Amino acid sequence: MKTVYEKSAGLTDVPLHYCPGCTHGIIHKLVAESLVELDVLGRAIVVAPVGCAVFAYDYFNCDAQEAAHGRAPAVATGIKRVHPDAIVFTYQGDGDLASIGTAEIVHAAMRGENITVIFVNNAIYGMTGGQMAPTTLVGQSTTTSPLGRNRIGQGAPLRICEMLATIEATAYLARVSVHTVPRLTAAKRAIKKAFQMQIERKGFSLVEVLSTCPTNWGLSPVEALRWVEQTMIPVFPLGVFKDLEGGT
Amino acid sequence: MAKKLMKGNEAIAAAAINAGCRYFFGYPITPQNEIPEYMSRELPKAGGAYVQAESEVAAINMVYGAAGAGARVLTSSSSPGISLMQEGISYIAGAELPCVLVNIMRAGPGLGGVQPSQADYFQATKGGGHGDYHVLVLAPANLQEAADLTQLAFDLADRYRNPVMVLADGMIGQLMEPVELSPYLPAADLPPKDWATTGTAASGGRRRVINSLYLYPDQLEQHVRALYAKYAAMERSEVRYELHQCEDADVVIVAYGTTSRIARSAIEKCRSLGLRAGLLRPITLYPFPFAAFERVIDRPQGFLVVEMSMGQMLDDVKIAVAGRKPIAFYGRTGGIVPTPEEIVKQVQALLGGGP
Repeated sequence: MKTVYEKSAGLTDVPLHYCPGCTHGIIHKLVAESLVELDVLGRAIVVAPVGCAVFAYDYFNCDAQEAAHGRAPAVATGIKRVHPDAIVFTYQGDGDLASIGTAEIVHAAMRGENITVIFVNNAIYGMTGGQMAPTTLVGQSTTTSPLGRNRIGQGAPLRICEMLATIEATAYLARVSVHTVPRLTAAKRAIKKAFQMQIERKGFSLVEVLSTCPTNWGLSPVEALRWVEQTMIPVFPLGVFKDLEGGT
Repeated sequence: MAKKLMKGNEAIAAAAINAGCRYFFGYPITPQNEIPEYMSRELPKAGGAYVQAESEVAAINMVYGAAGAGARVLTSSSSPGISLMQEGISYIAGAELPCVLVNIMRAGPGLGGVQPSQADYFQATKGGGHGDYHVLVLAPANLQEAADLTQLAFDLADRYRNPVMVLADGMIGQLMEPVELSPYLPAADLPPKDWATTGTAASGGRRRVINSLYLYPDQLEQHVRALYAKYAAMERSEVRYELHQCEDADVVIVAYGTTSRIARSAIEKCRSLGLRAGLLRPITLYPFPFAAFERVIDRPQGFLVVEMSMGQMLDDVKIAVAGRKPIAFYGRTGGIVPTPEEIVKQVQALLGGGP
């Protein structure tokens, strides 16, 4: 029998706990495959966040440290300074990275820490039950913006890639999505490239992945994919925001 | 190595490097800035790294990462900065990582002032951050001891996989005294760091995970009980204190760090006046030397606790004395350092003589 598909060796056998239709699982797979294909799984160390991906330390088949909420880039800095040859990456959601952890992400980027950040943006706090995030769209209703996020007083979404692109020491910043197969293929290319940058000691790399939260968006998995395409991408345009090597 | 005149903060920094510390993460705050300055100058020469963090919050989480990666790592700060680090210290204790913290205390609360204080005793010895845990706390009274205890702190941290704090104050940090640093070898029987994240290729394939999350209450309770078994071992093996002229003392002064030095001068003055005072000086504040009180409890008419605070260690002395003898308290706070004369007056008042 011919093997046509295999689970990546970059993932453990622990069953994922993510909700049906959530794209965290796909993103895990892309990261795991990238580490294996670049032959760095054995020297990878993941820093897990607080949020939906808190159990990432059980899923990635490599060494791991669980960080306090928002502090993953600081933890990764500590690890990387001790093991400069390790491939150190954080896997963070938008509450973790774009709210409580803004100081840590901005300054890790400012120092040009040679780490990779996988930033999963689903425009909401998933784990805690669907509260408003800094990335929540204007008008989007959540459990803490029941009337829809109001631009006045609650503000408009924070665009992390655009913000970090102003920082000199960043090496690679890209926003991708996994809502269609071609997008997924492009996302993997970006993730691999980000790790490649770290392998070549080019500095700070971050890939923002637009992700779904059918549970807290109140949509079916298929509707959620469509929502990414029609509602999220116009606010969070896909693309490469910084590439030290030029090109995409 | 010959004795060298050093500032307290420098002596602590030099001792840390001497003990094999190669990583420092910190944020500037008075009165401890000579520690990061020394580390930024000397660590690169020693093959290590100094990172100036964006905040104390980030610094302590860098410590978490480096400690989890298996390194000997130090951070230092002063009271308001140590408050900011409490979240990370709780995680480090929960994840059982070894690291050394230095708190060069200044006066609080709030922004307070930059003069010496001992008002972080509760924070240091009773937990500080959230959850059931302890940090082992060492309180030096002179610069040689500050250097020696800093070196010891790294061994204790590795032995117990727990944060160890060197608790001093702005006086110790800024004072200059001769210090001798001898070649230092870590204790030979320290456990191997077979839990550190290095990448599975380097560790032989088994995944290593640094974590303090236990969602099942029975597992978390078991974890906390294991932490407390460790603290019980510290309480059995790591209690340190000094008794000075307690044999014939009618008053035993209890003081640590800077105030113990002043108490020592006061005791000399008392004795020249015919007042028999002695000193019980805790060196470990956690574990607190409760047993030391049993050695001195019979003789004195009472105890005098002296602190640069409104009375924090006082609570532990009350527990130790357990109502058997009267306890007086003399505290100065806000950055005011008590004089020997003030303490002599307290002793005179206790013994019923004098003005």
